[in-house]
Amino acid sequence: MLLLLVAHAVLALAAPALVSWMGRRAFLVMAIAPASAAIYALSWTGRVMNGEHPTQVVEWIPTIGLSLSFRMDTLTWLMLLLVGGVGALVLVYCSAYFAASASGLRKFGGVLTAFAGAMVGLVTADDMLLMFMFWELTTVFSYLLIGHYHERKASRRAAMQAIIVTTAGGLAMLVGVVILGQTSTTGYSLSGLLANPPEGTAVTAAVVCLLVGAASKAALIPTHFWLPAAMAAPTPVSAYLHAAAMVKAGVYLVARFAPAYSHLSVWVTIVVAAGCGTLLLGGYRALRQNDLKLILAYGTVSQLGLIVLLVGLGSQAAALAGLAMIGAHAMFKAALFLTVGIVDAATGTRDLRRLTGVGRAMPLTAVAGVLATASMIGFPPLAGYVAKEAALEALVHDGVPVGPSWLGTLVVAAVAVGSLLTVAYGLRFVWGAFATKKLPPAIPIAPYTAEGHVVETTMIDPAHIKRQSPLLIGPALTLAVLGLVTAAAPSLGEKLLAPHAASYGVGEPGHLTLWGGVGPALLLTVAILGLGGVLFWQRRTVERFQASLPHPVEADRVYRRSMRLLDDFAADVTAVTQRGSLPFYLGAILIVLVIGPGGVLLAQTSLPEKVRLWDNAAQVAPVIIIVVASILAARSRRRLKAVLIMGFAGYSVAFLFLLHGAPDLALTQVLVETVTLVVMVLVLRRLPPYFSDRPLAMSRWVRLGIAVAVGIVVMGLALIIPGARMHEAVSANFPEEAYKFGGGKNIVNVTLVDIRAWDTMGEISVLLVAATGVASLVFLSRRGGEIFRAQNVIDDTSKTYRVWAAQTEADAPAGVPAFYKERFTARAATAGLSTAAEISAAAVAAASAEKQAAPQRQRVWLPAGKTLAPLRRSVIFEVVTRLLFHSMIIFAVFLLFSGHNAPGGGFAAGIVVGIALIVRYLAGGRYELGEALPVQPGVLLGTGLFLSAGVGLGALILGGEVLQSVIVQFDLPAFGQVKLVTSLFFDLGVFLVVIGLILDILRSLGAEIDRQIDIALPESSLFAAVTKGGGTTAPATAMPTSTTPAAPTTPGAGEGSQP
Amino acid sequence: MIDMSPNIVLVVAIGALFITGVYLLLERSLTRVLIGFILIGNGANLLFLVAGGRAGGPPIIGQTPVEDMSDPLPQAMVLTAIVITLALTAFILAMAYRSWQLHGHDEVQDDLEDRRIVRLAAKNAPTYNDTDSIEDSETIDEQAAEARDETGNGVA
Repeated sequence: MLLLLVAHAVLALAAPALVSWMGRRAFLVMAIAPASAAIYALSWTGRVMNGEHPTQVVEWIPTIGLSLSFRMDTLTWLMLLLVGGVGALVLVYCSAYFAASASGLRKFGGVLTAFAGAMVGLVTADDMLLMFMFWELTTVFSYLLIGHYHERKASRRAAMQAIIVTTAGGLAMLVGVVILGQTSTTGYSLSGLLANPPEGTAVTAAVVCLLVGAASKAALIPTHFWLPAAMAAPTPVSAYLHAAAMVKAGVYLVARFAPAYSHLSVWVTIVVAAGCGTLLLGGYRALRQNDLKLILAYGTVSQLGLIVLLVGLGSQAAALAGLAMIGAHAMFKAALFLTVGIVDAATGTRDLRRLTGVGRAMPLTAVAGVLATASMIGFPPLAGYVAKEAALEALVHDGVPVGPSWLGTLVVAAVAVGSLLTVAYGLRFVWGAFATKKLPPAIPIAPYTAEGHVVETTMIDPAHIKRQSPLLIGPALTLAVLGLVTAAAPSLGEKLLAPHAASYGVGEPGHLTLWGGVGPALLLTVAILGLGGVLFWQRRTVERFQASLPHPVEADRVYRRSMRLLDDFAADVTAVTQRGSLPFYLGAILIVLVIGPGGVLLAQTSLPEKVRLWDNAAQVAPVIIIVVASILAARSRRRLKAVLIMGFAGYSVAFLFLLHGAPDLALTQVLVETVTLVVMVLVLRRLPPYFSDRPLAMSRWVRLGIAVAVGIVVMGLALIIPGARMHEAVSANFPEEAYKFGGGKNIVNVTLVDIRAWDTMGEISVLLVAATGVASLVFLSRRGGEIFRAQNVIDDTSKTYRVWAAQTEADAPAGVPAFYKERFTARAATAGLSTAAEISAAAVAAASAEKQAAPQRQRVWLPAGKTLAPLRRSVIFEVVTRLLFHSMIIFAVFLLFSGHNAPGGGFAAGIVVGIALIVRYLAGGRYELGEALPVQPGVLLGTGLFLSAGVGLGALILGGEVLQSVIVQFDLPAFGQVKLVTSLFFDLGVFLVVIGLILDILRSLGAEIDRQIDIALPESSLFAAVTKGGGTTAPATAMPTSTTPAAPTTPGAGEGSQP
Repeated sequence: MIDMSPNIVLVVAIGALFITGVYLLLERSLTRVLIGFILIGNGANLLFLVAGGRAGGPPIIGQTPVEDMSDPLPQAMVLTAIVITLALTAFILAMAYRSWQLHGHDEVQDDLEDRRIVRLAAKNAPTYNDTDSIEDSETIDEQAAEARDETGNGVA
């Protein structure tokens, strides 16, 4: 059976290529797949009849108990035969139905074959989850098929409606399946469940869910409306999906579970109400239609109601009649749809008011149509008659097994009236499609087709009826004649279907027969046929009567209105939750924290009995600093002040780390805090010095309220969490393991590079991403930008480079008192350099002057020192930098190598190098940074990550696990014994990544912003500022490094205009 | 098992860092948000220490007897957290700078598209108008009746 599915899948996938190659004849090849399913079913006929049930199980996902298990019993056999047989015939029909040039045939062929495969899977699956999967696949494929003409709005809407309705049902069904699977002793096995059905309230609810799913698929009220709308699909699709296959999936589900659950009164109530209601509503609506396909669609709705009623009622005889009806209905309804397709193709219309003489022109088609209709209305001696006769017999005899006797009478009456309507619309269909009639010319007909083409509104000349290919008529005729043939041997049918009917257990076995003797059933049949004929004869009166009745609310409109309400509701929910405000979102998250974990704290825990005031009295001092600093930072209205105060808190935390016995943490925290401060100042020089005012006092109190609540909850957590430990600490064996396997004495470092190296690996990846993010936010167009080498600019005399000059000029006249300015000038003069005024007035001249003067009077301490604006240079700083830089690098290398056994390691070492770079940058400007480390940070980041990952993979190659350390010991003549641990290289990778991160930060937030500032304040503005005599044009700024925000006109503000 | 009773002084520090941190986090200025985040980060790092039990000697073999060591596992976690916070700081600063470039300030504004949806929802206005929203237009099956297939040799 798995092989059948594979065949479908292969052909479905090959369909586009086949259609490209063979054109529409490719459908003949695709027909092989469903035909093979039908042949497979036929080959097992005898054995299945004797109670042999072939099964096949392939393990798929054993962890959730999902296996590819298939099983064929009588019901599956019947469904497989129908799905395969009708599918093959429909595909053959397709090969002649569509124009060779029709659009989308490749997709259509593939989807239709895939749908047939999904149906095969659905009816053979013995695992409920697997069955559900195929169920949903049929929904998706039918969506694609109904929406085949996706350029038409009607098709799209019909497809959308069908998928929404059936998926909603499918979800209900999933709930039912899961409940059943969890309560059943045999898991999700379908046959196991039915052999030993569980009971209980939950199971009853599950069964109701299953019925909802089945009803949505089988188009029972109140979800019946999607089926007529789905007639927007191509006719072969209607013939297959909406007669033989998909809607029958719902019926299949009912028939599958009825033996186990039809004794539940809720089951019977739903089946009777939905079945009878659908039967009557469908029949009534079918009478009103003028479109042949819509007559059949509503007819199908009506018949599905009847079939579900029969197979779900619970008595053996009714079930037998229902099964016979499933077969008969598949044959006659598919044949009728195919016939309509032929008429449509031949005449160009399906409107029965515009058709005449079709039967005379196409006798074979007419024969097929008439035979199929006769079967539908239950005319002897056809399959439909046999089934309906058995149904009436069963209903009259057994009534409703569970329920009062009047219910049985009611059901008989409903079925009789429904059949009456079936006779009437069936006759009307035959008359409308094939009869030769005088057309009343006054019927108003829409003068346009759906595509907007003008159509001839006068009657169609019969001469226009074109001959159709035998491939088109063949399938319809085959199905219609089959209805006659199968009826000839009713006892064989009875024997074939009886095994499933017998599993119902209630009532006596029914019989299929052509002549059951004179009895109430026969009388009813005669009366139905007669009265139906009268209804058809008096069709004018009926039409007028139907027109005079008020239209009940149409389900389609209800659906539309509810979808509109859903949209509104969605918009309202979105409006409440998606406020677009960051504080709102964060506040919501934090409130959840307070309510969730906070609630648990309050309700289920108690404060620890034993607390310690402190581990060490020295802890009190940093804590006091932390409390004061954090409050001051929160209250500060100046950016720089807030940042600096925050730094106090940070350093105090580092001290706490040290007191706690965590020297690695203290070291890292101090270093990171330093870098953070520098980086923040680098950016804050560009931002306004003060935070903007937020006058809403109310919101401040709300924020404070949330903050205090969160703080209390976290303090509660801090008190409770330590005592909540139930097991031995994970790290209990770390000391021993670290030395034995990691080869290091510093347990924290070994943890980072070996025991929990995966964490570190993830972390340095994050660093890489963050560094890239920073660079892209600042550089915008290219990640790295150029590397500023001092040599390039010092030799280039055509330009003057005055790093930080702009800020000097902007600051000096603006915020700094006059005597400062004088001091600057004086210092510049003593240094033998040009004065500020000279720079502004004649920058080029000043540069050349400096170029000559500098080498003689001054030693070069830093290579890029000369690129700085003279007022920004500090010789002392340059000298100190010169002395410090190499010591810091050596210290970093020491930290890196000693980190395995003493505080240090790749992180700390990397940050030390970073700080060294910061010092160089601050002393010598952006060109100094380029001189200090003339590589792109991306190279460092990439190399670092590669090194770390490479060490991990290397261990794999050496036969260990990923990231496992290898200890290599060897003797060197001079050094003695050397112990090398491979995780050192991992740490080296970390080291490089951290350097890359800091370099990236400095290049972006330092150098690049410098460059943008220098461009932002061109010489003209400098000149203007100075000629006004150091006037007070710019607003006063007390912070020397800040400039007034030049705002959106800054270069780079316009996207992509970055030079 | 080491002494797991909580340390009140550290708990006070954690509380102060969280309260001020959250207060700043709910601001609109990115700089304040960032400061708040760093404060919360420090608080969370201390929380790790408290969760790891009492203080002790540095977890370095040979320097401290094993039974006197502080718990190394939370320390390793906090170490990575400290460095990640640095990366995050730089990233948010870059965002603040970019915001300043584009708008002249570093405040997080409300999402305009979200505000538009809020306004529309308040009016109960449909996002679009077409024949579907008209109650008395023809039903979908009437439309289906007019659809025709691209058939082989009909007159169409």
